[in-house]
Amino acid sequence: MKYTRFHSNHEKLGAKMIEFFGWNMPLEYKGIIDEHLAVRLRAGLFDVSHMGEIHVTGKDSLAFLQHLTPNDVSRLAPNQAQYTALTTPQGTFVDDMLVYCLAPEKYLLVVNASNADKDYAWVADHASKFDVKTENMSDAYSQLALQGPAAEKILQPLTPVPLAGMKSFNAAWGKVAGEEALISRTGYTGEDGFEVYTRSLKPGVIWDAILEQGKSAGVEPIGLGARDTLRLEAKLMLYGNDIDDTTTMIEADLKWVIKFKKGDFLGRDILLKQMEQGVSRRIAGFEITGRGIARPHYPVFHDGRQVSQVCSGTYAPYLKKSIGLVYLPVAAAELGTVIEVGIRDNKVPAKVIPTPFYKRAETPAQG
Amino acid sequence: MVPNNFRYTKTHEWVQLTGDEALMGITDYAQNHLGDVVYIELPVVGAKLAAHQVIGNIESVKAVSEIYAPLAGEVAAVNEGLNNSPELVNQDPHGKGWIVRFKAAGKAEFEGLMNAVEYEKYLEGLDK
Repeated sequence: MKYTRFHSNHEKLGAKMIEFFGWNMPLEYKGIIDEHLAVRLRAGLFDVSHMGEIHVTGKDSLAFLQHLTPNDVSRLAPNQAQYTALTTPQGTFVDDMLVYCLAPEKYLLVVNASNADKDYAWVADHASKFDVKTENMSDAYSQLALQGPAAEKILQPLTPVPLAGMKSFNAAWGKVAGEEALISRTGYTGEDGFEVYTRSLKPGVIWDAILEQGKSAGVEPIGLGARDTLRLEAKLMLYGNDIDDTTTMIEADLKWVIKFKKGDFLGRDILLKQMEQGVSRRIAGFEITGRGIARPHYPVFHDGRQVSQVCSGTYAPYLKKSIGLVYLPVAAAELGTVIEVGIRDNKVPAKVIPTPFYKRAETPAQG
Repeated sequence: MVPNNFRYTKTHEWVQLTGDEALMGITDYAQNHLGDVVYIELPVVGAKLAAHQVIGNIESVKAVSEIYAPLAGEVAAVNEGLNNSPELVNQDPHGKGWIVRFKAAGKAEFEGLMNAVEYEKYLEGLDK
């Protein structure tokens, strides 16, 4: 079992711990609904140290990452990040991830905990034809996320890095509660917020400082349970549920990530063909209109026939209804289409609705 | 300490018997393990129950859990309030969070279930 460097912080707070892909992680503290609402209304602090990190350095770093990913890495200046993927030659997913440019010829990949070893092996294997060095840095980095409308107000007193002008997907190095860290305006909740990466061996001081500083603003510690309900409301993908090596980027409605003009990359030919000729199925968001909660793997019916299975499904605590994602034949993926979700012995009615299910109100200060 | 006059099942239901009228729900241990309850599937009034049979489901954000009949009998009433306020199960599992009232088939089965002391001991064994 692996433990993050914030483990004692979770124990002190009485967190309910679970095993998550070999990591001992907090599932919840006060409860998933309380935590979910805290992030939407105030702020929440997450230990996300289980995520994987990979350094790519060297002369061919840019060319290498352009080959491995569908987004245009050349758009990244130092201290900028983008959402992207490691794609297979079939245009499907090895993983989704963030790529940060730390410096010319130095990049940081942040990948899912569930795929950390697999992704590193993939990256290292493909590196042989390029003049690059790849390093698995997952054990070196700890990571926190502070998310919610009060996040900036809470974090600013703890760092000399100016946060007000930091645009979405931008980053800066500086001290947080005295520890050297990379702060980025990124997150997995649909709220404004920051992620903090540090190689400090005692990052617990950052955790404590944020909870103390944020007390009057109502910050709460948040577990993996609410992390999942928050990201689903915001229609953020989860590898293993919504995307995997059988789903293409076009089917997954992630065409916006692909920059075909940037040049060749693994899967480009198939994805271009799918974009031009169409696909037979597409991911769609739905809400349950009857009574019940949709969950992963529940069968989905259209016109009486089973056509798919729920990818992600839950009760959404802010929206107060059950929502989910499912791949549907393109005709059935149209908004308003009535489908049914098989919940034990019942076929419960549901409807295809627009996504994201939740979108935060934009404030003038944001880029 | 759990209520003294209730009996308990290994699957964490409690049952209270007054004459042949029984009231059941899930225990505080069960609601704590489940987390926030967001949905309950209740049996229909008039349904016949067999002891240890699945009579409904109780869902938290993350999981579905089966509810088992603690005793044989026939459903007389269900707690309709739980449809709009499932959180009552978390807030007051032994009181306002009751789930089913039913006519019990016999008293002997009730005596056979764990009493409060035995249930507390059973819980200690689980958390080890």
